[in-house]
Parts: sequence; C-alpha cells; structure tokens
Amino acid sequence: MRELEYPFHAEWIIKKKKSLKRQILTDRSGSFLEKRIAILGGSTTDEIKNMLELFLLNYGIQASFYESEYNQYYEDGMFDNPKLVEFAPEILYIHTSSRNITEWPQVADSEEIINQKLEAEFQKYVGLWEHLEEKYHCPIIQNNFELPFYRLLGNQDACFSQGKVNFVSRLNLKFYEYAREHQNFYIHDIHYEAASYGLERWSAPFYWHMYKYAMCVPAIPYTAYNVALIIKSLLGKNKKVLALDLDNTLWGGVIGDDGAENIEIGQETSLGQTYSEFQKYLKELKQIGVLLTVVSKNNEDTAKTGFGREDSVLSLEDFTVFMANWEPKDRNLVLSAEELNLLPEAFVFVDDNPAEREIVRQGVPGAAVPEIGEAEQYLQILDKAGYFEVTELSADDQNRSEMYRANAERNRAKAQFADYKEYLLSLEMKGTIRPFEADYMARIAQLSNKSNQFNLTTKRYTQTEIEAIADSGHYITLYGKLEDKFGDNGVVSVIIGEIKEKELHLDLWLMSCRVLKRDMEYAMMDELVEVSKKQGISDIFGYYYPTPKNAMVADFFALQGFQKIREDEKGNTEWKFSIPEKYEQKNNVIKVNERRN
Amino acid sequence: MSREEVFEKLTEIFREVFDDETITISDTTVAGDIEGWDSLMHITLIGTVEDEFDMKFAMKDVVGMKNVGEMVQLILEGMDS
Repeated sequence: MRELEYPFHAEWIIKKKKSLKRQILTDRSGSFLEKRIAILGGSTTDEIKNMLELFLLNYGIQASFYESEYNQYYEDGMFDNPKLVEFAPEILYIHTSSRNITEWPQVADSEEIINQKLEAEFQKYVGLWEHLEEKYHCPIIQNNFELPFYRLLGNQDACFSQGKVNFVSRLNLKFYEYAREHQNFYIHDIHYEAASYGLERWSAPFYWHMYKYAMCVPAIPYTAYNVALIIKSLLGKNKKVLALDLDNTLWGGVIGDDGAENIEIGQETSLGQTYSEFQKYLKELKQIGVLLTVVSKNNEDTAKTGFGREDSVLSLEDFTVFMANWEPKDRNLVLSAEELNLLPEAFVFVDDNPAEREIVRQGVPGAAVPEIGEAEQYLQILDKAGYFEVTELSADDQNRSEMYRANAERNRAKAQFADYKEYLLSLEMKGTIRPFEADYMARIAQLSNKSNQFNLTTKRYTQTEIEAIADSGHYITLYGKLEDKFGDNGVVSVIIGEIKEKELHLDLWLMSCRVLKRDMEYAMMDELVEVSKKQGISDIFGYYYPTPKNAMVADFFALQGFQKIREDEKGNTEWKFSIPEKYEQKNNVIKVNERRN
Repeated sequence: MSREEVFEKLTEIFREVFDDETITISDTTVAGDIEGWDSLMHITLIGTVEDEFDMKFAMKDVVGMKNVGEMVQLILEGMDS
C-alpha cells in the first residue's frame, strides 16, 4: 500500500490507522505469514503495536500481539507471566528507553560507584535476555537508549563519567557488544531514530507525563517502521535487487542528447558531486549483497559510455544485468528478474521520472517503487526505506553479486554447447550433500524463510527449530552445497524428512533458483534414497502445497519417480516413492561427496 | 477561522479518526457519546487536531478538557496565538 511505503506521512497514518487496517485486510486476498510478537514495554506501547501491525501487514505479515502491562517488561519476562508463556512468542521486542534507567550517576559519585551502576544496569538486562532466550528460543529485538532529554553538565555531560549522556553512551556500547556475541539478538536503534527525528521533539516531556509514552506520538510510526524492517528482514522479506535508471538518476543530464562528456558526474559541479556520492552509496550496497541492474531508455552503446568516464564511480562490472533499450520498463524489469532467476517483487526500481515509476508500479505489482525526490535526496530516502535491512552479515552476502555474475558467465558458456549434458559436464560441478551441520544452521534457516519458487511445502523454520530437528534423531536432514569451475554457490538445497517407522515424510524440500537446471535436485534425490536405505526406510512420502509462487515444482515429485496417491480440492498433492531393490542414480553430472585430502 | 468552520473541520477529523462517516458533534459531546473514544483514541484525536489546526495544546488544557465545546474554544485560542 502506497501510504505505508517510505517516505510516509506519519501523522496521516496515525489518523487513518483504523481505515488503513481495514483496507489492507480486505484488499489483500493473498495469504499472510502469521507471527506471534510479544512487546515487553518500559513505557506505553499501544500505538507502537498499532503502527507495527500496519507496517507488518504491508509486508504480508499478520501479527498477533502480546503487550506487557505498562513498565512490566522486566517482571513479565523474568518471572514468566503465565499469559506470556501461553502466548508462546515467536518474536520478542523489548521496548525500553532512557526513561527506564533507574541508577543514574550522581555528581558526587566516584568512578568506581559509576562503574558499578553501569554494570548493575547492564546485568539486569543480561539476566532478562538470557532467561528469555532459554525460555522461548526466539529472536529478541532490544531497543538501545536514546540520549537524555537534558544535560546537567552541559557540553561536558558527554565526556564526564557523571554525565547522563556519557552513561547512556557507555551502556549502549555494552548492549552492542552483547548483540555481536549472541545470535538471534538484534538491536533496534532508537538512538539514531531520535537523532534523525530531532531529540527535542522526540523526547518532549508532554507525552511521558500525559500518556507515559517514552517518545512523542508523531514519531511512533518511524520507530515502528524500523522494528518492522528488522522483523521482515528476519523473515526473509528483504528486497534483493536495485534496478536503476540512468539519465538524471545516476548522473545529471541525458546522455543520448548531451554526450558522455557533458553529463553531470564527478567533482566539477555541485550536482555532479551529488550524483558521485549517490553512485558511491550504490557501490557500497553491493557489499551487503544487493544486486545492481540498469533499466534505461537509451541505446545500449550510448548508455555504456557513461560508465567509461574516468570519474564514474560505478563501472559496467558493478551491474549484473544491463538493460538499455526502448522497450517499456516494466517489461524490462520482468526480463531482468527472469535472467537472475528471481521474482520481480525482489526488485526496487529507482527512476527520477514519475511516469516511468507509475508504469512499473502498475506493471510489476510487489516491486518497490519509491518516490525518491530530488537528486540530493535519493541517497537518504533509499537508505531510510530499509529495503535491504541487514540482520546478519555473511560471506555469502558479500559474494552474492559475484555469484550472479558467475551465473551470467555460465549462461554465455552454455551457448557454446549443442548438447546440454555436455555443457553441464563442462561446469565440473562438485556437490557436498550431508546431514545438517553446525556451520550451516543459519544459512539453512535463512533458505527456509527465503525460498518461494522451488519450495514444495513452503514451511518456514527458525534457526532454533532447525537445530532441534537436526538433534532429535527422528528426522533425516540433508543440505546440499554446489560448486563449479566458475565459483562456489554455497548451500543451495535443503531436505527435511520425518521418520515414522519405515516411512519417511518430507516436510521440506527446497532449492535456490540460483542452481536451476543443474541436476542438483537429482543429486539430492540420490543421496536421500541412499541415506533412507541405511535407516531402513522402505517408502518416502512427498507433499506439494501450491502457493502463488511455487507452480514450477507442481510436478517435481513425478519427475523424481514418485506416484501420486492423493489430491484435494485445493490442489495439495501427496506422493509416494517405494525404494526399489536396485535404485538407479539419477544424477551423473555432479560429483558428490568426493573425499578431500 | 470562525467557530462554525472549526466545528466543520473538527467533525471531519472525528469521522476520519473513528472511521465512521455518520458521526456528528456538538458543544456538549463527551467521550461516552462516541463509540471507540477511549483513552488511546483520545491521544490520536488530540494529536490529529494539533496537526490539522497547526497548534499545540498545553498539558493543563488537555487534562482539564471536559467536552467538545471546550476543545473548540482551545483550538480557537491556540490558532490565535
């Protein structure tokens, strides 16, 4: 819904919250992902819940909420309020603020006393976090502290250890250290939000004394939006690709009319500097795994000359797909998505031209199309919109652009082979297919939340659930890694099957679309059969539950030699594979589990 | 802005906030008269009024506000200053 996309009008959303909620729930006929979220608050949280609910609905997540009574965050969490236990949260959000700090340093306090107060305040939270982790095994989102709303020591409040500003800064650093050292624990940065909004307005005492809100009510949509960003990122709903227009988006001017030598980029003019800074930001986005593509109305050769300039920050190699032609942009976006084996809704489209934005909005539902304003606003609007909100940094993210580029190289190599199998053999593929291992639990959980297309049951798992399944002994689990001469694709396929005596029931079978048509699914099947045989399994049962996105695997089990045994009116199908005495290997292009020396 | 104009705009605000196009208000309207006007929606209402009329209520005024008539009076005074 446009009204809930960044940049939004906060006051308007608050005013219209009732009708907005009604509209989203009636408009969206599709299915929502349901989540139970507990908000443990150190202040009033009603409006935070309302706004969070709206933004999450806009991401396709329908949350049910538990709210602690006013300022009962500690007691509820620590002493297992039966209502919270019964609610069984899947995500915990601890909404505390500087208003909740009890042991502030006093001017007469010695360094030692202040250190003790700091440690006491910190340990109170650590105790709570550890208890919550043990009790609920779910992600915890914790506010840091905003700066105090007055400074007794004036400017020196920041530097003297008796200063509240100093105390808050040190406490925040301790929170960050804890967050870095603990998985499933995420900081929500209200400190930055308050600064960005304006601390004076943010912490206007009116709202605390009137309603016990720790921040001003008009700022709540911003804070709730950021919590929603963290949650949608955890649930695999980040965007993946930034599709960029060229003229007046990546540089000033029209390259077809002005020529590469006259476009505005580089350090000579204010506008040129602005575009250079924006290009630099885009290049930085690649480091967190964002793919960049070009969608421009230009002649391809002319368009490319813009990146041939010495002062261009971006170069042609930075783009995974380059579409410069005169076709409609919505069509080009869909083609780009096909080329990358991604869904069009994984795209963010950036174009200075409102007419082009409207065409893409109409033609590619689900893609994000921000109102990006003027050139000097592009960077901040994109940054604050949080399309690519980071919750984990993995080597995989940093290499993603490289992997997609390698895929493009494979596609070019493919053109040289008349025979597809010959091409596959030329890739020199090596697979590793093994039961779940500690190193890959995070990636396996991530895949279960991200994969939509090649996913038979679309069941989502948290990392804790994945670990429990791996340990239980009642399941056969397999992860599959694939590398070839162009590069390592990492973990790309996951199977979970529940053992019921001599039967195996497949709860999950997914594969990343990055490795489609490489026979990896056959290699997985071979390994599944082999492992099942060793466990004394006689029959494997497969399940296909159709979603709007997974039609590509509707007949998957038939291809693997399963027989269809059931189908209901919704199109859910059940399949059976009886393991034969002599099973013939289906994969003969990937070398699996080679001994390494 | 006249008292009547304030009433007209305020009626619009009430209808939007409470998502009910049939709401009418008068000087003597109080929270109990309107469905959904609880303490939480009161915060939304106050904030929206401040935003739409481009004014701010003082805490003592919000605390003492008895009915819609008093709210209108405060809006008129707030816009003057």
